[in-house]
Parts: sequence; structure tokens; C-alpha cells
Amino acid sequence: MVEVLNNKKVLTKGNYAIANAAVIAGCDCYFGYPITPQSEIGEFMSGKMQELNRGYVSAESELAAINMCIGACATGKKAMTSSSSCAIALMQEGLSYATSDELPVVVISVMRGGPGLGNIFPSQGDYNQATIGGGDGDYKVIVLSPSTVQEAVDLTYKTFHLAHKYRNPAMLLADGLLGQMMEPVEFGEYPYKDFDHSSWALSGAKGRKQRIIRSYSPVEAPQCDHIRHLFDKYKQMEENEVMFEEFWTEDADLIVTSFGSLSRNVKAAIKQLRAKGLKIGFFRPITLFPFPNKRVQELANKTKKFLAIEVNMGQMVRDVRLAVNGKIPVEFYGKPVGSWPSVEELAEAIEREVK
Amino acid sequence: MATQVFKIPDSFNKDFKYTFCPGCDHGVAIRLVGEVMDELGFRENTIAATAIGCSVTLYDFLNIDAIESPHGRALAVATGVKRANPDKTVFTYSGDGDFASIGIGESLHAALRGEKITAICINNTTYGMTGGQCGPTTLVNQVTTTSPHGRNLDYYGYPIKLAEHFALCDGVAFSARVSLDSVANIRKAKQAIKKAFQVQLEGKGFGFVEILSSCPTNWRMLPEKAHDRVRNEMMPVFVPGIYKDLTI
Repeated sequence: MVEVLNNKKVLTKGNYAIANAAVIAGCDCYFGYPITPQSEIGEFMSGKMQELNRGYVSAESELAAINMCIGACATGKKAMTSSSSCAIALMQEGLSYATSDELPVVVISVMRGGPGLGNIFPSQGDYNQATIGGGDGDYKVIVLSPSTVQEAVDLTYKTFHLAHKYRNPAMLLADGLLGQMMEPVEFGEYPYKDFDHSSWALSGAKGRKQRIIRSYSPVEAPQCDHIRHLFDKYKQMEENEVMFEEFWTEDADLIVTSFGSLSRNVKAAIKQLRAKGLKIGFFRPITLFPFPNKRVQELANKTKKFLAIEVNMGQMVRDVRLAVNGKIPVEFYGKPVGSWPSVEELAEAIEREVK
Repeated sequence: MATQVFKIPDSFNKDFKYTFCPGCDHGVAIRLVGEVMDELGFRENTIAATAIGCSVTLYDFLNIDAIESPHGRALAVATGVKRANPDKTVFTYSGDGDFASIGIGESLHAALRGEKITAICINNTTYGMTGGQCGPTTLVNQVTTTSPHGRNLDYYGYPIKLAEHFALCDGVAFSARVSLDSVANIRKAKQAIKKAFQVQLEGKGFGFVEILSSCPTNWRMLPEKAHDRVRNEMMPVFVPGIYKDLTI
């Protein structure tokens, strides 16, 4: 088990790194239920949170875990849970409530294979689950996608920051490969300031009016106003929080999009093809919501074609197509679940698109 | 000199107006919670996790901070509140559908863990707000909108006896079943609610009270007849009593 090491470079497994970053981010409470391939997060938190005298519950289910987060966040505290695919499915109701309640619940999702029980191989099959969600009503969850263990640390900090900045649930969408791999990381300090939640958090109605956190209004107009307010926040996120990585896009005949740890193989394949003189560009959304729509629209005016590569049957490609809006072709290459396609396989697939 | 013997609890909102059906016992139950709050003086330090059903508007009457939980999840939400704020007084107030059917997992595990929380469950043998369907506490042979031929064992099985079950949990410090059908029983109910909060305040463990309650609307009965039903049909099955008390 790693210690909270602020200023040293350490070789760390992805899941431990995420958990350690959450501790450094000041996570007050962790509530979780085990599931492969993210169980190390809960194992780490069970020891560390107790040593630091912070909140920890070995929850009886994922339903309970997300709702414990709701309870803790309702008092202005930093709370998180972690889980995977078929068990994140059980948290969809809670995410819908937390969004409407405007609570900064942090969820770590480490994708495995689906649908159903699926298997414990890595996958990217929960892009839709994360960005669209399965809860009821109009809502959005902030979704950040790391590609390295170091980025998982940095984005864990950012996930806490954005959740508390916008009072909206936020999810770090990692995958089983990233959760299980070891890389050198530097944790540093939590780079954001804490927000003052004393104006809305529940603390007991002492010397002030009672506060009620609820998701429902029995009257039409306030409910409409409330949902419009949520969407005003989503608009602000789209204006201010979009993150992406791109290179070689300026002269590209083809731009390849991918997200998460798979994009490392995609990058390596593109480098090989560039060395052969093929004009291929690379584009990786880091915020999956808010999706970098504006940048994809701009790139659609510069390049001739997009190719979306994912380990699923084509999920993020939908967002690329929505942004491109029919201007140029958007092709897809992928596989449903399992080991990431090799650099050679990806280079061949990409080369086919420019021949 | 005149002595005031009855008043609206100080813990109530000044402009409250009960929205329950005539003859419903929710009003009495919530008033008792308010009186206990007044007597033990914890209103200002309280956060409630409310449930879904007729109990949801609790915060319209009690002048307290509250969060509305998803259906069945009140004890999980309350656990989150309490673990993040061990110094606060945290309680749930749910119907039997919320607490004992969809939420039995969360309710039971909070009790097993010995969360320092007080849970109050209204047992009226039906889903009230949705119009009187068969629930976890519906009596055998009881006719409801989803048991038109009566609750028979082949199709529905047996009702749950909450106070007995929760008394078996090691984390529970107080478990009782009370009734609101008479003045004497209302007095006993208040003492039970008080103890269920005291065990929390003293850090002894989980406090639980199951309150037998009338639902004249869904039972299709006059309020007076509804209390006769509580006495004659419910109490022989759901026997009132203190099933566990670690305060003595």
C-alpha cells in the first residue's frame, strides 16, 4: 500500500494512485462496495480513511454507497465512491438525484467488460453510461478521462474541484487497464482551493431558516426553472472547462479520435504513420462531458475525414458525428471488449482509411 | 391560574398546516417527534433524511434541516450525513413501504452497523400515497388495490414484523413497537420515541420505533373505525412492546 507522499515520485498502481489522490484532495468520506477491477481503491481507503479519522463505510451495496455520498455531500463535505460498469449501473438513480439536488458527489468508474456481468477485461463500453447516463430526467454528469496513471492523479484532483465548483456530480472514467497498471507518479499538493459551502449545506437550523435539499417540486414552474438553472451550469462548463489533447491536426488529411488509455496505442500508431509520410492527426477529448464540440467543429473545416477508435462498438463516435454534423465522413474502428488493439493493428486500420 | 396542558411543539414551523387525510396518524406521530425534540433540545442540531411517500413532507411541519432521499434510501443517506457529521442528531421518518420494502437492505444494514441514528417507521399496512396497494406489512387476508382477493400466502407470503427483527441486530440499542389508537398508547409512543433518540444522543447505537398507524382513506373507513382496526386486527399480529432497550 502506498503512503500519502506529496513530493516524491513513486511507482504506483493506477487504482492506488487514484485513491491516494482522493485522500490528498481532502476527501472527507469514502463509501464503497467491492468490484473488480477497482477493488484496490476501496481497500486503500478502508485503511487510510480510518488512520486519518475520516469517514469510511463498507457499504452493503452500490445503491447504499452512492446515497451515503449524497448524505455526506448534503452537509458540504467531500465524499466519493468508486465502482465499475455493471455496478455503476446501480448508481444511476443516485446520480440523477445528486444532479437535481446539486450535490458534489465524486464517482470513480473503472470500466470492465459488459453488458451484464460481462467480464473483468478492460473496456471502454461505459462511455455512454458515463456521458448520457441511465438516470431519469434531464441531467448531466461531469466526466473526465485519464490516459496515464499521472493523469489519473491530476484528474482525480480536477474531478473533486469541478464537482464542488459547480455543485454537480463528477466522474473520473478510467478503465481496468489503467487501474491495474503501474507507472511512476508525482502527487504534489491538491492544486485547487476549497469552496465555501456554508451558504447552502445542511448543518442544523440554528439561528437561521431551515434548509431543505430535495429534487422535486410539486409545481410546474419552479421545476422548469430548476432544470433550466442546471442547464445554465452545463453551458458554463462547456464554455470554461473543456479539456482535450491534440497534435499534428493542422495539416492532417485524417484525424483519429480516441479517449482514455487506449489513446496511447493510437498515438504510437500515428507516429509510425507520420514517419512514413502520411498526414494523420490525433485528437483526444479529456473532458467527455463537456465534450469538445467547438474544437471538433473547427477541425472538421481543416481535415478531410475523422476516424474514431474505441474499445466498444462505437460510442464516442456519436459525439464526434454530432459535432461534425455531416460535413465530412466520420468512420469507426474498434472491438467490443478485451486487450487494447496493438500499435501495429491500429496503424493498419488507420492506414486503410487514407488509402 | 390556568395551566397550559397542550401546545404546538416549539420545534414546529410557525405557519405549518397539516396536509394529511382526516384521521391519519402521521400528524400525531410527527407532533410526538416535535415534543421529544423540544424536551431533549436537539432541534437546532438536527438533520433529517426524509423518505418517499406520505412522510415526505415532514420538513413542512418540523423546523429542521432535511434532505429528501430517493425511495428506500433514507438510512443510507442518513448514514452519509452522520458519518460526515458525527456531532449532529440524525433521524429518518419513513413509511413501511419505503423503510421495510424497497429500503429493507439499507434499513437493516444501518441497524446492523449500529449507526448512531434514530429511525421511525410508520406501519399502516399499505402504500398510502400511491393509493393503498399491498405492501410488506399488509396483513394476511387484507384486501388492497393489488390484493383484491385478500393477501393470501400463495401469492404474497407473510408480512414483516419489524420491531422484533430490528431488536435482533447487535447494533440496535432500542427497538419498540407502539400504537397511536388511544391516549394511553400515545403516551407510551412518546416515551419510545424519546428513548430512540436518547440512545443516539448517548452514543449507544441505533434507535428504532415502529408506529402502528391508521390510514382511513385507503382502508375505506371512518377514522374511529380505523383505530378499531388498529386495535382488533393489527395489534394481535404486530404486538406493541419494547423489544430491546439498552438504556436500562
